[in-house]
Amino acid sequence: MLKIENLHASIEDKKILRGVNLELKAGEVHAIMGPNGSGKSTLASVLIGREGYTVTGSVSFQGQDLLALSPEDRAAAGVFLAFQHPVEIPGVGNMYFMRTALNSLRRQRGQEELDPMDFLALAQERMKLVEMDQSFMSRSVNEGFSGGEKKRNEILQMAILEPTFAVLDETDSGLDIDALRVVANGVNALRSEGRSMLVITHHQRLLDYIVPDQVHVMVAGQIARSGGKDLAIELEENGYAGLGQQENADRLPVGSTR
Amino acid sequence: MTITTALVGVLSDLEPQQHDTDPAWLAAVRLAALEWVGEHGFPTRKDEDWKYTGLEPILSVPFQAATAGTGHWVSADMIEAVAVDLGGPRLVFVNGNFVAELSRLNELPDGAEVSSFAAVLAAGPQRLESFFSHAPGEHHAFAAFNDALAEDGAFIHLSPGTTVEEPIHLVFLSDSGGSPLMSSPRSVIMAESGSRATIVETYAGIAGEVYCTNAVTEVVLAEDAVIEHYKVQNESVSAFHLALLDVKQGRNSRFSSRTVMLGSAIARHEVRALLRGMGAETNLDGIYLPQGDQLHDNTIFVDHVATNCTSHQLYKGVLDGRGHGVFNGHIMVRLGADGTDANQNNKNLILSERAEVDTRPRLEIYTDDVKCTHGAAVGQLDEEALLYLRARGIPLEEARGLLIYAFVQEMVDRIELDPLRAQIEALVAGRFVHGDHLALS
Repeated sequence: MLKIENLHASIEDKKILRGVNLELKAGEVHAIMGPNGSGKSTLASVLIGREGYTVTGSVSFQGQDLLALSPEDRAAAGVFLAFQHPVEIPGVGNMYFMRTALNSLRRQRGQEELDPMDFLALAQERMKLVEMDQSFMSRSVNEGFSGGEKKRNEILQMAILEPTFAVLDETDSGLDIDALRVVANGVNALRSEGRSMLVITHHQRLLDYIVPDQVHVMVAGQIARSGGKDLAIELEENGYAGLGQQENADRLPVGSTR
Repeated sequence: MTITTALVGVLSDLEPQQHDTDPAWLAAVRLAALEWVGEHGFPTRKDEDWKYTGLEPILSVPFQAATAGTGHWVSADMIEAVAVDLGGPRLVFVNGNFVAELSRLNELPDGAEVSSFAAVLAAGPQRLESFFSHAPGEHHAFAAFNDALAEDGAFIHLSPGTTVEEPIHLVFLSDSGGSPLMSSPRSVIMAESGSRATIVETYAGIAGEVYCTNAVTEVVLAEDAVIEHYKVQNESVSAFHLALLDVKQGRNSRFSSRTVMLGSAIARHEVRALLRGMGAETNLDGIYLPQGDQLHDNTIFVDHVATNCTSHQLYKGVLDGRGHGVFNGHIMVRLGADGTDANQNNKNLILSERAEVDTRPRLEIYTDDVKCTHGAAVGQLDEEALLYLRARGIPLEEARGLLIYAFVQEMVDRIELDPLRAQIEALVAGRFVHGDHLALS
């Protein structure tokens, strides 16, 4: 479904990703862990097309060259990011925003748009997944939401937009254990054979709830180690120390243009 | 001969034939006003209140004073196209002159008089005298010009305790038919004690025509009177619009005015509110949306004279293309105006590198017991919000439109008349939200 090859990204001459290679098959959930500044969030940003990065390498998504697409075209192709810091948008109603988003995707996919009544029915059903009540829908997007409410709102968007590949960027950060459980239940309910997820987190705790098929450790802009879900537990016990010693930063892949 | 004297010359030549029915006091006022303009000329950028708005483009056009009977091509359909039906009385003025056939004067409650300035001038001109009793040129040359040339406009008189439920709609349509006309509507609204009404002014013109609207609207509120005022300026983008809204408020009266500026090459909407009765309240807000080469100037002077008065101002501008916006807001708190609560806020969204905004909130306070705040902000579209919307599949142009509209939406939402709000929503959204699939609701 998703194949990342030799992905480099820099911003203002600062190299952040230094040759990431990663492959996700349909239905798989992979976790990416790693210390602060290792490039986890940059990877998420590059995957959704945030501007400002100089990017080389390739990302193939269901056979498409993802890097050539605009953010909205990536969304239409089925890519979704649950933002680490969801943006507050005063003046734009949450319900209106989500309906506009869904209808934009449906239009780009040649599907019929949903009218407000049909959308309301869909939204009400999906809100149950993340235990949100309808009052959130009449407020402006994320405005005045608590940290936990913002994260639940992200998962609600995922539930409504039904992406085929979702990146969850530190969706657990700032959540207490109850909110974490709600968010994780929502995510688990959305796991399916046709949907892959990349879960970025600092904490093994999240992976007790969202059990990944594979765990990758990112250090200095590269995947330093990959393994099964037990790798997360090992990291929790031993930390990231020792992983950085591979000095991946200086090991250039063959054919690198860096 | 300078442009200024040429214009005064042209207009003063026309003056004697037009106004031979004027009472002696009015003839004297008109003459004094013209003499004042002749002597003082037009404001220049050296004048504090005209610093950002140059008048050269207006003064270089050889305008003729509009007379009754011009613009006879205006049809009822054209009125429907520019002015939404608010259900109440609708007075239509073509090139500043009242046209009865295009107007609708609903049955009004006893004590409410809705008529035209010209009708009052013919039947009982002394009722207008107080509105011309100020010193010539007290405001500026254009207001003086209006003194000199005004023949028609709306006349609204509300007797004590009268409430008019349905909004009174004043529609000013310009149709200069090829030769540039200057119309000078003068509207007078007298709200006696405890009276209430909603008044909407719509200014529109024929697309592409060059003309100048030089309007003065005077509102006098006696004790406890409540007037809700709206103004929609949607003139031809080749036209000029100069307006003065002069408000005088008595004890515990309440006045609110909401302005939407869309049209004109150069538009200047000046509001002067005099809070002369204790406990009076005034709420002024507006949106201005210059694009292309448009200039929209909001000049506001709120004069706190009496104690315990309140004034609020909120103006929001969206500047696109080479558009130029001006917010020049001045609050004066006079000695003795204790208990004043005044604030003003101006927010701007700049969409283009070539757009410009000059914002100048000013407080001038001569007493101690006051609560005054002011603020101004100029920003650009939030790139992070834009990415967020795009990452959800909303195409760039649509996402931009959504964010721009969100910036002004709170202002549109303040319009309490449903049909008017729907019209403004459509006009404003139509300016920024591209594509017909985006239903705003």
